[in-house]
Amino acid sequence: MLVTLFFYLFAFVLIASALMVVATKNPVHAVLFLILAFFNAAGLFVLLGAEFLAMILVVVYVGAVMVLFLFVVMMLDVSFVELRSGFLKVLPIGLLVGFILLFELIFVVGAWVTAPQLASDAPMPPPSEVSNTKALGDLLYTDYVYLFQAAGLILLVAMIGAIVLTLHHRRDVKRQNISDQVARTPETAIEVVKVESGRGLQ
Amino acid sequence: MTVGLSHYLTLAAVLFTIGVFGIFLNRKNVIVILMSIELILLAVNINLVSFSSFHGDLVGQIFTLIVLTVAAAEAAIGLAIVVVYFRNRGTIDVADIDNLKG
Repeated sequence: MLVTLFFYLFAFVLIASALMVVATKNPVHAVLFLILAFFNAAGLFVLLGAEFLAMILVVVYVGAVMVLFLFVVMMLDVSFVELRSGFLKVLPIGLLVGFILLFELIFVVGAWVTAPQLASDAPMPPPSEVSNTKALGDLLYTDYVYLFQAAGLILLVAMIGAIVLTLHHRRDVKRQNISDQVARTPETAIEVVKVESGRGLQ
Repeated sequence: MTVGLSHYLTLAAVLFTIGVFGIFLNRKNVIVILMSIELILLAVNINLVSFSSFHGDLVGQIFTLIVLTVAAAEAAIGLAIVVVYFRNRGTIDVADIDNLKG
């Protein structure tokens, strides 16, 4: 009973905040509503018995990705009101496509049957014996270790890509060049000039 | 009344639809489009985790981990592209991104 109550609570807040993400005017509010949506999805994951993924969702998504979004939204000096022009023009077609997609998806869900002879590749151990995190680790680092390595490579590529894209050298900023400084010798640094008496250097 | 697999699938379907609707609605603002894509990926993750939980098969949660990784990478690269684009053009309107005449 309590599980049902919490499912509907999380589901309702998740849907409401997702609607606010796409409908709100201020993008900062949109990011904050998206954070709320991710928190409620984490609650649903806990209800489903996937505690590790729930914590990952909170730590990685809310802690890192959404804060990155927040930084970018606040850093860009954009008139967001201008970007919303034509909002009402595309609203009917958006609603039409949305409802068609929703009904198709609901029909698929309604006609869903599971094959009775479905064999599980990695049966979930009972939670009383092995915790979700340990079971997931046992599987991830043995059978799916190549997938794990590929995920690491994807993150490396994303990191390098983001740095390469956003790093730019400004020409008008003077910087210290240490190798140039160290390579200087007295011959290149000092010039001895014989000055005639009574006249300047010019 | 107990919560079954179809409840979670319906919730994920609604969330997916809201994500697609958001792309239609905010077709000029790249940042909101990226957030809508995050919503769509969240809907997919809910599907994967609920199938994993109701069928007693842990592989679905492994897939979810990989989807989360790819989504984080996508968000980082997408935001980097947005920042570079804003630096060059001074706007993030999608309609202006036609320099390549593709």
